[in-house]
Amino acid sequence: MIEVQQITKRYGQHTAIDRVSFSVAKGEVLAFLGPNGAGKTTTMRILTCFIPATEGAARVAGFDCADQPLEVKRRIGYLPETPPVYQELTVTEYLRFVGRLRGQSGKVLTSSMQREIERLGLGTVQYRLIGNLSRGYRQRVGLAQALLHDPQVLILDEPTVGLDPKQIIEIRELIKNLAGSHSVILSTHILPEATAVCQRVVIISGGRIVAEDTPEQLSARLRQSEKISLTLKSPAADTDSLLRAVQGVQNVFTSGAPGTYFLECELGRDAREEVARLAVTSGWGLLELKAISMTLEDVFLQLTRDETGLAQDSMVAPAEPAGQSA
Amino acid sequence: MTPVQAIIAKELRSYFVSPVVYVVGSVFLLIVGLLAYLYVVFAGAQAIQLMQMQGSAQINLNDLVFRNLFSSIRFILLIILPILTMRLFAEERKLRTFEFLLTSPIGINEIVVGKFMSVFLVFLGLLGLTGLMPLVLALFSDFDWYPVLTGYLGLVLLGALFLSVGVLASALTENQIVAAFVSFGLLLVLWLLAGVGSLLGETAAGQAVSYLSFMEHYDHLVRGLIDMKDLVYFFSGLALMLFLSHRVVDSARWK
Repeated sequence: MIEVQQITKRYGQHTAIDRVSFSVAKGEVLAFLGPNGAGKTTTMRILTCFIPATEGAARVAGFDCADQPLEVKRRIGYLPETPPVYQELTVTEYLRFVGRLRGQSGKVLTSSMQREIERLGLGTVQYRLIGNLSRGYRQRVGLAQALLHDPQVLILDEPTVGLDPKQIIEIRELIKNLAGSHSVILSTHILPEATAVCQRVVIISGGRIVAEDTPEQLSARLRQSEKISLTLKSPAADTDSLLRAVQGVQNVFTSGAPGTYFLECELGRDAREEVARLAVTSGWGLLELKAISMTLEDVFLQLTRDETGLAQDSMVAPAEPAGQSA
Repeated sequence: MTPVQAIIAKELRSYFVSPVVYVVGSVFLLIVGLLAYLYVVFAGAQAIQLMQMQGSAQINLNDLVFRNLFSSIRFILLIILPILTMRLFAEERKLRTFEFLLTSPIGINEIVVGKFMSVFLVFLGLLGLTGLMPLVLALFSDFDWYPVLTGYLGLVLLGALFLSVGVLASALTENQIVAAFVSFGLLLVLWLLAGVGSLLGETAAGQAVSYLSFMEHYDHLVRGLIDMKDLVYFFSGLALMLFLSHRVVDSARWK
């Protein structure tokens, strides 16, 4: 549905995005994850034909963004970072204007307005001036605008900003429900959001894509070793060397509190059983034993911290084990 | 409803919920009304003077009232029309609705034409209200309607040109005050070109510069002359300004 090939956008000397390529299948929800200024908004603006790419091509629903912008625009619903609302209009006046711009009229327009007002819970405010609405309501009006013509492709720039937690959950549900029938790209710098609603995550940093995969795969790929955290009540002097001797264990770290160990093991080998047996037979007083999985947050921080990324499948240095305590 | 009509409807709505149109409109009508009153009183005083000297008075209202009035309105429009046009694009850019408009499935020409038409309709409404003055005057006196009507045609064309300059200025910036001053400045330059032209005299350059100013074209219409040359001036000026606005709006995307 969306195909982006090697697009680059330069503003004079500054390169906003650098050879970005990705694609979104029909019905898929893709998260664009990255710190502020990474190039998320620039990429979205190119896809919505607001700005042209310096190099490369972007296609939406088979139409080229540079050559057939009107066809692309017809098929896209776009929510920019700031909800594009006119404060002097009421919600219904605004939605009617939006529908007319997209060629809707009469009963079709009325029914799609009704549908979005209901879907986004705007019924109580529909005759109020948008200028008098709270940030959360304006955001929802912005979303209603993007959905009004039931587009095949939805591009949402930080759709949950400014909403309260309950509304955030509602909007995420809404996006999940849209998946399947709509292709969605949403940008966010909130990681749980990406995990919650998206099938695929693209992490972008410094204008380049540093990783692209499902949230689960991403954390798995980034993990160089299985990590185990171990807490003992009464460790002995030879605990350290005995743990190292367990098959598959590559490294043992002690940190902070006495009796707390971190074990790094070979990828794909679960040493927990062995470690538990050893701890019990040695009488160390096993208090806690658990595998540590990298959250998407760790992945994100790591990828966006050093720019090397996964581009050439080069794995990033493992996180400091001490950083995993907490 | 076509997209252009949708934009016109939305812009008219925006105009009439803000106080700007009411304030600008009242000031415009007040000043025009006051001037018309003064010119009529002066004409009356002149008639009385003539009566005392010659025993009879035949004064020409077309010369004494309407030509003066049309010259004055020209200056009032130069000041107030930039106030009406300044928000058209500048506000969209300031409030970030510009991106929404440009990612809607409509052409930039439709946006420019829709915005121009909306403010043009507001202007026609205001101008229409001044039509009361000749109507009232016609009840009590006799004058030639023809130059009054061509004068109004001149005002409509002049207003359209001023508004298109204002649209261009508004597209150039996101600051409304700057937009108003830029269009005011451009219009003043267009005005003063007439002076530069007459300074250069009857040379080819002088005539060319004079042609660029709206002064003589408007004066012809106020005097009751409908010349193709003048109509071409107004229509080509209008088209050029709207075309430039289109280019400026389009290029705003590249920055």
